[in-house]
Amino acid sequence: MSFQLEESPTTGDEVITNYTINFGPQHPAAHGVLRMVMELDGEIIERIDPHVGLLHRGTEKLIEYKTYTQALPYFDRLDYCSPLGMEHSYVLAVEKLLNLEVPLRGQYLRVLFAELTRICNHMLNIGSHVMDVGAMTPNLWLFEIREDCLNFFERASGARMHSAWFRPGGVHQDVPLKLLTDIGDWLDTRLPQLFEDAMSLLVDNRIFKQRNVDIAVVSKEDAIRWGFSGPMIRGSGIAWDLRKAQPYDVYDRMDFEIPVGTSGDCYDRFMVRVEEVRQSARIMKQCLAEMPEGPVSSTDRKVVPPKRGEMKSSMESLIHHFKLYSEGFHVPAGEVYVATESPKGEFGVYLVSDGSNKPYRCKIRPTAFSHLQAMDFMCKGHMLPDATAILGAIDVVFGECDR
Amino acid sequence: MTVVHSAPRFTSNEGVLDTLSAALGAMLVSAKEEHGEVLLTVVRDRVEDALRLLRDAHEYQQLMEIAGVDYPQRPDRFEVCYCLLSLTKNHRVIVKVSTDEATPVPTVTTLWPVAGWYEREVYDMFGVLFAGHPDLRRILTDYGFQGHPFRKDFPLTGYVELRYSEEDKRVVYEPVELAQDLRQFDFMSPWEGAEYVLPGDEKAAASPAPAAPAPAPKVDTPKVTEKPADTGAGDKANAEAAKPVEGSPKTTAKDEPGAPAKTDRKVEGDGA
Repeated sequence: MSFQLEESPTTGDEVITNYTINFGPQHPAAHGVLRMVMELDGEIIERIDPHVGLLHRGTEKLIEYKTYTQALPYFDRLDYCSPLGMEHSYVLAVEKLLNLEVPLRGQYLRVLFAELTRICNHMLNIGSHVMDVGAMTPNLWLFEIREDCLNFFERASGARMHSAWFRPGGVHQDVPLKLLTDIGDWLDTRLPQLFEDAMSLLVDNRIFKQRNVDIAVVSKEDAIRWGFSGPMIRGSGIAWDLRKAQPYDVYDRMDFEIPVGTSGDCYDRFMVRVEEVRQSARIMKQCLAEMPEGPVSSTDRKVVPPKRGEMKSSMESLIHHFKLYSEGFHVPAGEVYVATESPKGEFGVYLVSDGSNKPYRCKIRPTAFSHLQAMDFMCKGHMLPDATAILGAIDVVFGECDR
Repeated sequence: MTVVHSAPRFTSNEGVLDTLSAALGAMLVSAKEEHGEVLLTVVRDRVEDALRLLRDAHEYQQLMEIAGVDYPQRPDRFEVCYCLLSLTKNHRVIVKVSTDEATPVPTVTTLWPVAGWYEREVYDMFGVLFAGHPDLRRILTDYGFQGHPFRKDFPLTGYVELRYSEEDKRVVYEPVELAQDLRQFDFMSPWEGAEYVLPGDEKAAASPAPAAPAPAPKVDTPKVTEKPADTGAGDKANAEAAKPVEGSPKTTAKDEPGAPAKTDRKVEGDGA
């Protein structure tokens, strides 16, 4: 961190000096490349101007030059801590334009893995949040869970992080039965054990509470005005969850609860995430119990390409396979805004189609954009070390914020 | 059309279009419902009033997104789309205004502070101006960036690239130089989409379409190959194949090199 002394107005014969310091662009507590220009009065934050965009890659423009199938892997790379949550919004947007039905097993698999993604994401966020305020051990334990999650992703899709496994029409491949039984065992044994152990160190910890309780209190009205969503709006006491309010896939069949905060501070936001992990495990167990047999993706061969084995034996499949992997499918002209409850909040995709095989415009609504914008008013009047706690409780990932 | 997709299901759009159209009155330019989305286009100068009305009187409390879209063929080339969410009615609408490069759109930061960054982003990416915005700086692009990258006429590769210069000991900007051309695949079906002449297909446009081929003449017994005997293989073909080749085999003046001599000595060091 570098700092400079600013010329400042004088009041009477007392000289007040404000410091302007540069938090970032490379800072271990910034969770990525974030530069914040902070104006400090002693150690009290007067003003914060976050500079984002250091990881801007022009994803939305790149997508305009790709077919709908080719555009999908870009979504993994937005929020690289919860890749399937990003894919979920995109495939649902494409399906909404196509009005395409997804078989039930495909919907269950998507919900199962979306919730696994949520656990995976919260492990990283909870872990790094507590590390930002000084606790080391829970992070190491939570990373064990995260490692398990990544192994499950690998067994389903072949890739640990960038799965590209959700496809318009369902999921790319069915999962082996052993994977589902292993996830079931993991939910019953390893996850609760590791997670509750780690949480037992934190939730009643005096130091942890001192760093988080009553830090950056956000009222319900402010949460709405600043466009909060996800754990941020729930932390402020508004029971708003898109999985419940606007169910997609088979969330309407799931029985789960929405945790809400009472005072809207960093501790509440943290605890909302902790409880969400338990609720996600509950949803996953229901998925495993109820999941029917059947196809995992739509059998509409004008959208979903046939499997390779089929392609080798049927002429018609060969044609479909070739056409869908070169030209891709055409999407009817129109525009939709589809938002899902990603682990970080409302992740939306505003998709404009001109009837061709490529999106005309694909605007991505990142969760972090509105939350990070509120840094200024949330930090005002707090101490400099609180900024890291506030940032940790926002759960910001710059791949998504900067796109 | 029956809805079979599994995208988020919010409250039914039934009647919403009529209610909101009536409420917006003269502010409304057009309204339609498509793909399950309510789309309202409003007069540019009245967008702040329209959104205030929707927020206060119709319970659309949250502004979730402002998206810019570029349609270069239209006189007002940019569309600015405001995605509103009602937490109480559990409903979404999209409000749109259109503008061009020079005409500013009234800011809505007065209604929602969150609009600040959204509008900065639209300005940065498309160059749409927002009148009354307190801090209309670029947000996502580099410090000192020129141009508005998400316009359709901005090339995908951009104009400048940067690298660390060892001589100058700093990062320098240079015009983009691609080692190979940007690969632009046009996978639209040639018989549907392509507006250019395919390479090697130049005569296709000039010559008239070929006449349909005459139907094949009818035969009494169509020639088919159902049994091995019908293939023509067998004794007769074997006898024909056994005949010597006509003409003498080719001879050359000197001996052709043959196969190398057999090596029966083991290679030294083998198996050591």
